[in-house]
Amino acid sequence: MIKDFGKYVIMFIVLVLVQVLILDNIQFSGLVNPYIYILFILLLPFTIPGYFLLGLSFLLGISIDIFNNTPGVHAGATVLLGFLRPGVAQLISSREIIEKGNTPNMRQLGFASFIKYTVISVLVHHLFLFYAETFSFSDFFETFLRYILSSVFSIVIILASQFIVFKN
Amino acid sequence: MRSLFRFLLRNYFVMMFLILEIISVILIVSYNNYQRVTFINSSNNLVGSIYNRFSTLDDYFSLGRTNARLAAENASLRKQLQLRIALQEKYPVNRPDTVDAPAYYFTSAKVISNSVNKQSNYISLNKGSRHGIKPDMGIIDADGVVGVITSVSPNYSTGLSLLNRRLSIPAKITKNNAFGALVWDGEHYNTADLKEIPFHIMVNVGDTVVTSGYSNIFPEGIMIGTIKNYDVESGTNFYNIKVELSTNFKTLKYVEVVKNTKRAELIKLESNNVGE
Repeated sequence: MIKDFGKYVIMFIVLVLVQVLILDNIQFSGLVNPYIYILFILLLPFTIPGYFLLGLSFLLGISIDIFNNTPGVHAGATVLLGFLRPGVAQLISSREIIEKGNTPNMRQLGFASFIKYTVISVLVHHLFLFYAETFSFSDFFETFLRYILSSVFSIVIILASQFIVFKN
Repeated sequence: MRSLFRFLLRNYFVMMFLILEIISVILIVSYNNYQRVTFINSSNNLVGSIYNRFSTLDDYFSLGRTNARLAAENASLRKQLQLRIALQEKYPVNRPDTVDAPAYYFTSAKVISNSVNKQSNYISLNKGSRHGIKPDMGIIDADGVVGVITSVSPNYSTGLSLLNRRLSIPAKITKNNAFGALVWDGEHYNTADLKEIPFHIMVNVGDTVVTSGYSNIFPEGIMIGTIKNYDVESGTNFYNIKVELSTNFKTLKYVEVVKNTKRAELIKLESNNVGE
């Protein structure tokens, strides 16, 4: 348990730094900005208590907000993700996997389920994020294009990271 | 009362979600409604030092380009200086007039964080209040306008990049002094919209757009860009002008912060007009 705690603290710090120092600086046509820090929320154990899940979601979002000067935007999106995560987890996997207290990574869930899990999570999170960031529906389709393109990149990077980390 | 508590306890997950989500939405709305940067921003020392560490690493990869730019800027400044000296020799002024001391001073700073692909882009610099940087000072680089400082900590400062729809810069077309407001279009990192130029003014593609100096943040005549294309929306009296920005926001490395020493005086004077 203690070992896991340390592992998650390190993962939190590494994901925030990778996000704000590297991914936020990838300047690819001004349309694409992948956000992969939510991998932290995705990989928390299934048995985590609800208050802890929401608290961590808020903490993670607000950390990104401080670096990006976007108060509330990432926090709101990540809290929404944290709230929906138990539901999404039930949707994509069987009861015994959840109750065994597993971590929802690719090895435990299997390839197809993990892709489903990632895609749903990223789409929900990014939808809130991009419209809250623009703070208007006046450029609806333009924002939608940025939302879809960025989501695709986020999903690809998250899946690729799983292959690299859990190769063995 | 007890059953209310029991209800709240049973549904604590939903309650907690709602509370956190409401906090976030309040932060978002209050930030979007008031033109100010809240306490949650990247000018604090921890975030500043993380960005600073990373940017020193990043520096090595852009040394060549930065040197070339600095050399070009030096050459152009030297040329201006020679012109001044030649004028001075031709029309010597015996007593320099201290009343005409320059209003604008420049402090060089390094960009430690910058983005171009958000809807609200920000820029962080490695100098802060210890170096005399204050909010509402302009940021420029050798090619043109970069942004405006919004908050400072002792060692770092952060501000709105020109690529941020919150920032509107008073601009004018050099050719005919027609003035308007320059706002980013939110689409591309090298174009912005020049607004409020009335229909009767002659506009051509390629005209130079510079700062008008009306904001007393930037001196007059700092380059902003050139007109890329324009059209007239039916039913309005104003042009839709797209300006190609001269500053390359992707390769920003060293900038200058503009201090207007006479700004306080001017604001005080202008505030006299409000009551009348």
